[in-house]
Amino acid sequence: MTQLPVIEAKHLDLTFQTNDGPVQALRDVNLQISKGDFVSFIGPSGCGKTTFLRCIAALEEPTGGSLSVNGMSPEEARKARAYGYVFQAAGLYPWRTIAGNIKLPLEIMGFSKAEQAEKVEKVLELVDLAGFGKKFPWQLSGGMQQRASIARALAFDADILLMDEPFGALDEIVRDHLNEELLKLWARTEKTIGFVTHSIPEAVYLSTKIVVMSPRPGRITDVIESPLPKERPLDIRDSPEFLEIAHRVREGLRAGHAYD
Amino acid sequence: MKQVLIPVITVVATIMAFWYAACVPMNIKFALMTAERQGEIVSPEGMMARRDMSALVLSVKNPAQWSDTWVQAKPRLPAPHQVVTELWKSTMEVKPTSKRSLVFHGWVTLSATLLGFVIGAGMGIVLAVGIVHSRAMDMSVMPWAIASQTIPILAIAPMIIVVLNSVGLQGLIPKAVISAYLSFFPVVVGMVKGLRSPSPMDLDLVKTWSATKAQSFWKLRLPASAPYLFASLKIGVASSLVGTIVGELPSGTGQGLGFRLLSGSYYGQTVQIWSALFATAILAACLVATIGAVERGVLKRMGLA
Repeated sequence: MTQLPVIEAKHLDLTFQTNDGPVQALRDVNLQISKGDFVSFIGPSGCGKTTFLRCIAALEEPTGGSLSVNGMSPEEARKARAYGYVFQAAGLYPWRTIAGNIKLPLEIMGFSKAEQAEKVEKVLELVDLAGFGKKFPWQLSGGMQQRASIARALAFDADILLMDEPFGALDEIVRDHLNEELLKLWARTEKTIGFVTHSIPEAVYLSTKIVVMSPRPGRITDVIESPLPKERPLDIRDSPEFLEIAHRVREGLRAGHAYD
Repeated sequence: MKQVLIPVITVVATIMAFWYAACVPMNIKFALMTAERQGEIVSPEGMMARRDMSALVLSVKNPAQWSDTWVQAKPRLPAPHQVVTELWKSTMEVKPTSKRSLVFHGWVTLSATLLGFVIGAGMGIVLAVGIVHSRAMDMSVMPWAIASQTIPILAIAPMIIVVLNSVGLQGLIPKAVISAYLSFFPVVVGMVKGLRSPSPMDLDLVKTWSATKAQSFWKLRLPASAPYLFASLKIGVASSLVGTIVGELPSGTGQGLGFRLLSGSYYGQTVQIWSALFATAILAACLVATIGAVERGVLKRMGLA
């Protein structure tokens, strides 16, 4: 059965006009993401991985090529609540409780009070924060805050979850734990996930598809379909298959750098 | 508690000691003159001999007259207890409706201050909202707001009084206008800063939810600005009081703490000037403390403090 891709980029270009002249952030990016994929974007800074994610979220306007999300333009997809976005910092409002923060997008989107309460309950449980709704953000650890921000992105039932280095600011132990949790969450919710990272093990551990990018101009140098099974215990990272994919990612990153 | 009490008492005691000490050279010449008339021996004898001598030298030479410098009726510098006594008399021992009551004058000043503060703070908030949302307003209003504060208030206050008087506005309103003129500025600056305090990420986030401008204002910008707003309201309310006092100097209405300061200086009533000064300071402290209490309450309810 052939499914329509959830996200499809064709010959996507994006050039920023800066004071030092035009900077090509993305050049000729072609990519298809299918429903239920876990796609990681990996590459050195300046490779356009975050920019590409922001294009999908209609936070940046591509200057060439085409990009569709659920068969719509990114702008329309946003209005149709196609995706939730998670940033590197949790970005929780300090003046709102955890539940209040998760309610925020629901209030803006005009859900009824009853629906709000019900959805908050549901996603809090999904990210393992049940019972923490009445706490304020500062009462939670960094990892818990990031989980709350994931809950907020999930609250309005978007099919796509876009994550921009969500665990980048956390220490490795917390990160491992959250990676494991994220995989479980993905298995339970069957969301399509776009995940920006600069950690090779993280990308290989999480993804069904790894997009390797390189800078100046930002472009895709390799797309790796992961042969790893859906069920992934943490120690899969010591298996030969895992190391082989990690090796290929590293090669891809190195090839990208050979340009300059 | 003890750790706080000792430093506080030390500071107050130091100020008092310095004040009493300062009264001696400030008032010594008059004290010596009075003492000499009553037949006491002072050094050197004779007004003419003392005329060109420094007050410090006279003080050192006549320790017996020190106590006389703290009880004069019209001293150059009144002693603390004289000011406190006058404050007590003019607040507690006269009817609050009397023209000799600081409560009466304080209320006149307070009412103009509050009106001016409400106008100024309201105007400041409205201008800040405009400045944050419109680049044109940012470019056109902000320079004028800054320019308005570079004009000495003492210079412009009489003009405001005269202009408003010519259109039939007297008493409370002109003073409130001057008060508002001084208090809107800190509120504009603080509020603009506060409304702009959300990070680009915060703004992107509400964008991904397709929030309208109004929604991101009410749900993000406004609550984020609260701590900034209160800080500038505190400065604003103090400026407001200064504005009212300055407005009372030329208004000639014969009421208010500013008038009390002025009339004291007309008649050489230094004790009256100082007690009016202290009444003003106490009033300002109360106003700032009130805002502080509201701030604590609001921020606590918001989970920010």
